[in-house]
Amino acid sequence: MSAVLDQQSATVAADTPIIELRNLSRRFEKKLDFAGKLAKRLGAPVREETVHAVDRVNLSIRKGEVVGLVGESGCGKSTLGRMVAGIMPPSEGTVLWRGQDVRSLNPAEAREAKLRTQMIFQDPYASLNPRMRVEDIVGEAPQFHGLVPARGFDTYVDEQMRRAGLDPAFKKRYPHQFSGGQRQRIGIARALAVKPEFIVCDEAVAALDVSIQAQILNLFMRLRQELDLTYLFISHDLSVVEHLSDRVVIMYLGRVVEQAPAEQVFARANHPYTVSLLSAVPRIEARKRAFTTVQGEIPSPLNPPSGCHFHPRCPHAHERCKVEVPALKEIAPGHFSACHLNDRA
Amino acid sequence: MTATLEVRDLQTHFFTRAGVVKAVDGVSFTVGRGKVLGLVGESGSGKSVTGFSIIGLVDAPGRVVGGQILYQGRNLAKISEEEMRQLRGNRIAMIFQDPMMTLNPVLRVDTQMIETVLAHEKVDRETARQRARDALGMVGIPSPDERLKSYPHQFSGGMRQRVAIAIALLHRPELIIADEPTTALDVTIQGQILAEVQKLAATTGTSLIWITHDLSVVAGLADDIAVMYAGRIVEEGEVSAVLDAPLHPYTVGLIGSVPSRNKRGEPLRQIPGMTPSLLKLPAGCAFRSRCARADEVCLQEPALFDLRPGQRARCFHPHLEEVAA
Repeated sequence: MSAVLDQQSATVAADTPIIELRNLSRRFEKKLDFAGKLAKRLGAPVREETVHAVDRVNLSIRKGEVVGLVGESGCGKSTLGRMVAGIMPPSEGTVLWRGQDVRSLNPAEAREAKLRTQMIFQDPYASLNPRMRVEDIVGEAPQFHGLVPARGFDTYVDEQMRRAGLDPAFKKRYPHQFSGGQRQRIGIARALAVKPEFIVCDEAVAALDVSIQAQILNLFMRLRQELDLTYLFISHDLSVVEHLSDRVVIMYLGRVVEQAPAEQVFARANHPYTVSLLSAVPRIEARKRAFTTVQGEIPSPLNPPSGCHFHPRCPHAHERCKVEVPALKEIAPGHFSACHLNDRA
Repeated sequence: MTATLEVRDLQTHFFTRAGVVKAVDGVSFTVGRGKVLGLVGESGSGKSVTGFSIIGLVDAPGRVVGGQILYQGRNLAKISEEEMRQLRGNRIAMIFQDPMMTLNPVLRVDTQMIETVLAHEKVDRETARQRARDALGMVGIPSPDERLKSYPHQFSGGMRQRVAIAIALLHRPELIIADEPTTALDVTIQGQILAEVQKLAATTGTSLIWITHDLSVVAGLADDIAVMYAGRIVEEGEVSAVLDAPLHPYTVGLIGSVPSRNKRGEPLRQIPGMTPSLLKLPAGCAFRSRCARADEVCLQEPALFDLRPGQRARCFHPHLEEVAA
């Protein structure tokens, strides 16, 4: 067992991560408009508001890895995913693609890096253009980027559709003629058509029925093996993440609170938030049990609590948690947690 | 023990231009006093329409065309709209997936709650306000006195759902129909709501029909489970019976596709294909085309067979042998 682990860590050290985030932050600012400025000058209690959607996140993803990103609404997981996918610029910090800052790449390299990263979205209804035929949805990007010769175009589209589990006979159809699960397959075929290496899945199975969800998850796993893909799998559903991921990152109000190999998180969760999140997940094995609950609401990200963001809901909070932001520290090999309690032990 | 509600052979059909959609086609079940029934199914299985039929909220072109909904010996399918109105929100309440379906965005919460109390009871406003405040306290809303003066948009999603549940509880109904009330909520908030609901069902003796697509939610909450597929109940029984030893291949597949029931990293056991359109259901068993056990016998319509004590399934080839969990 340890030999296998050693071997794993040796190969890991050998190659640079496919994507790395350093101190990545994203703020959303609501600037005052003219009326607001005037009102402020006249003494009205208005102010410019800032939301720290993502607050100094460090994360590196190795080639071939599946990283699960978990958190509740408003924790910044989608914003982080968008920055990783390169469709939203960060406010601060850097995104490294194969060890190089994406802002320092020349235009051709930058386009290449962007093309190698694709995103699959939650809502298969909103993320497909309703006026385009499936063949155009899937084929537009590879055609534009010159990935396929005009002659082989038809067979290329057929192949992409087949790989995502769609019958190429339907390629003249429009998105509304498909069910939710099939639409998600169209989204997957579209993302894979440009031969990406890294896929960001933002709640990609959240809108699907259980039996369809299983089909799509299996498709993700099959494609990972066939195409040697790397995933950042964003989800609020811990059981899905547990099943799929090698490593799990837990976010709360813009910060990473815990990060560890999947088995570790589910067997030995360290952060009190992770513990309460895990206990709140309904399990099919449970019978007539008392549901244990975390106290309180998720605070507004407009006005997050001081110190550790989780302290007002934490059963173990003490004085220090109210003033000092806990750093993400390694508490076991590969297992990071941001909690002051670890200093006490 | 007498049943709070007994549904017999309920049929709700939608008369659309494309044809008759049999959304609910011969559904029967009983809910005992203080019991929780989990009504489980995927989109289009007819689980929500069953709920709407009971409370008399099926809109045109839909109509309850057959069967009985027996509540205290009265058939709700046959009573007048006025009689139904007196029961609805009073003896039978409903909680929707989206709390904003219950709440009026332009009225303060106290206005809406007092209105609900006064609609069914002759009490003075102050008593009604007390009742509203107590109900908010009961569902775990902090400082209910101040919160009564708020508008719905000033609440978070989880708190709004609590308000909707509080409104459902105002008249201490005998039956609450909850249609996916926690589906849109975060897990920690869902846990809180489930805890409150569980406590309420235990203390007030209210019966509950919990409609959901999520087997894991009803596993910890319900006494009995009914699994619906294409407008019919395909399996029903006690929670532990149905979840530990499912009989119908659809139930087996549904439980099998839950990620926590599978080994990490291995392909999930999946049900092939997708739910058939209710407009053109195949003859015989509706699950036939997706079922590995199907043969010529399945071209006949299976009945709901009593296969084990307290467990029934609509299948000719049930999983009667031990199923590996």
